[in-house]
Amino acid sequence: MDLDTLTGCLASSACLVTQTTSGFIIGMLLFLVAVGLTLIFGVLKVVNFSHGAFYMFGAYFAMTAYQLTGSFALAMLCGAAGTALLGLIFERVFMSRVYGRDVLMQVLVCYAFVLIFDDVVRMIWGPEFKSMGMPAAFQIPPLFIAGGVVPPYYLLLIAVALVAAIVLGLGLARTRIGKVIRAAAHNPGMVSALGINTGLIYGGVFALGGMLAGLAGALAAPVRSLTPGMGFSVLIESFIVTVIGGMGSILGALIGALLIGMIRSFGSLGFPLFTEGLMYLFMVIVLVSRPTGLFGKEVA
Amino acid sequence: MTELQAEQASKVLDNSVTQAKPRPNRDALIALAVFVVLALLPMLTSSKFLLDFVIRCAAYGLFATSLNLLVGYTGLTSFGHGMFFGLGAYGFGLMMQKTGVAVPVAFVATLAITFVVALVIGAICVRLKEIYFAFVTLAFQMLIHSTILSWVSLTGGDQGLRGGIPRPPFLGIDLSNHLHLYIVSCALLVIGLFLMHQIAQSPFGYTLRMIRDNATRASFIGIDVWRAKLTIFVLAALFASTGGIIMALFVSGAYPEFAYWTISGEGIFINMLGGVTTFLGPMVGTALFLILNDTVTRVTEYHGIVLGIVILFFAIGLRKGLMDFVIEWYVQRRERSGERAS
Repeated sequence: MDLDTLTGCLASSACLVTQTTSGFIIGMLLFLVAVGLTLIFGVLKVVNFSHGAFYMFGAYFAMTAYQLTGSFALAMLCGAAGTALLGLIFERVFMSRVYGRDVLMQVLVCYAFVLIFDDVVRMIWGPEFKSMGMPAAFQIPPLFIAGGVVPPYYLLLIAVALVAAIVLGLGLARTRIGKVIRAAAHNPGMVSALGINTGLIYGGVFALGGMLAGLAGALAAPVRSLTPGMGFSVLIESFIVTVIGGMGSILGALIGALLIGMIRSFGSLGFPLFTEGLMYLFMVIVLVSRPTGLFGKEVA
Repeated sequence: MTELQAEQASKVLDNSVTQAKPRPNRDALIALAVFVVLALLPMLTSSKFLLDFVIRCAAYGLFATSLNLLVGYTGLTSFGHGMFFGLGAYGFGLMMQKTGVAVPVAFVATLAITFVVALVIGAICVRLKEIYFAFVTLAFQMLIHSTILSWVSLTGGDQGLRGGIPRPPFLGIDLSNHLHLYIVSCALLVIGLFLMHQIAQSPFGYTLRMIRDNATRASFIGIDVWRAKLTIFVLAALFASTGGIIMALFVSGAYPEFAYWTISGEGIFINMLGGVTTFLGPMVGTALFLILNDTVTRVTEYHGIVLGIVILFFAIGLRKGLMDFVIEWYVQRRERSGERAS
């Protein structure tokens, strides 16, 4: 335990800004993964235990695209589009077969794909750590806000995630497609009786969730190292986020992700050996006081 | 009605073929006979490979069967049951390395630690709805795993407990002797299976089945669902921990992989492989899984892909475990011979 460092940091604005930014980075990446998870659960009523693999594929796709084309924008696009396609195929061919079956089957199918995807990545890209490197456009001096160092890439990352959150929130609440998706989540039988292809909606939602996780992976590629199995720790953390925020709630995912980001960022100063433990502790406190999460409704 | 709802309506588990009456004496005799056969095995073969295989079956079998008490009997899909396997291995290994107490003392103490940990985690988890339950248990598994990794001074971090576990002889049993270890593992396996079968066939076991089939109805007739679930969660953890202890004795150490989530995944796969509707399904699954795993690791370095495809084949293709097919075949045959007799 190192409480002096923590209080020292809280007293200095420079350290405060640096830690808050890093908390935002962790939180925003987690949000993108967790919101896909929560969306898929809300509509399809399955928990995608292989969601971390989409994050991993997003990062690897982006790295390869960046190495081939040298364009950062294209790399992001490849990461997101590639995982969206993967999500669509995965849902239509495999997950659609286990809807309504017991959780055991869903867990097993996802477990199988975690094993398969990790090995596929190992086959194509090799088992060693890879790094994409910071794109040239962002190799500019960092900004100084109130004495704290903020790399410009971090600002882009936060902005992209925020835009995704707003588009998603408004899209679900205001557009026709959003209404159809919410209706399908509520009563798929009725929606299909009205002549809407629910299979298409399910596939689309899964692809959207995969795309968001892939986007998170692509955004993380320049700042994190890439390795097969990198998705799993992100998956666990986004589970914790959805448990804290409440399943099926986008706002909950955002708040939960930011809380976890801050806990990780400031916790690593105060409790360097117990940072992970802090997250779990927080989850347990939320679970005991509010079993459905901070923003969750009662799940049927 | 959509395809989705139609499938929900169909009944998933059917226990019509299981014995309704508990018969402890008969079970004890069978257990004893199995133990004698296993104990005589080293006289027939000197193959160390086969004996090692039985020891690993004992470790994994206890773990998988205890998971079936949760998954198959109570309908609690735990995706973090492997944490107790790891806890058993580490608890026992550390106890022997650091304190040097006698083996039975360390054994009991490890179970006591498991009891307390399972009670705390279970109290938090068992009231959650099934999907939450699956991944909150998974989250706790990862908490234990990351604790093992970061508490280097006690657990040796990612290197695991090295330098071997001291196994001083007790009551004339020397566990560093391979044959003695084999016999003790078999004894633990048979006793463990016997006890778990008694639990499954007891009135409490039938309460669990009722909770699985309809928890609301069970609570209406006065069953404390939370307490029953917590009890079986803790009991299953104790048996999983025993499996971990056998594993620690077998490899003479403990490694972080024992507490990693893949162990839980393997446990669920084993249950699927053998079938969750019969008591011995997980045992059959264990043997199949170990054979499969050994073969695949020898043939290819990418064993994840092969295992994954086998899992998919079972989960999406067959939709049942091996023992379910055996039972189905047996029931059909009996019905056919019944028709012929009448």
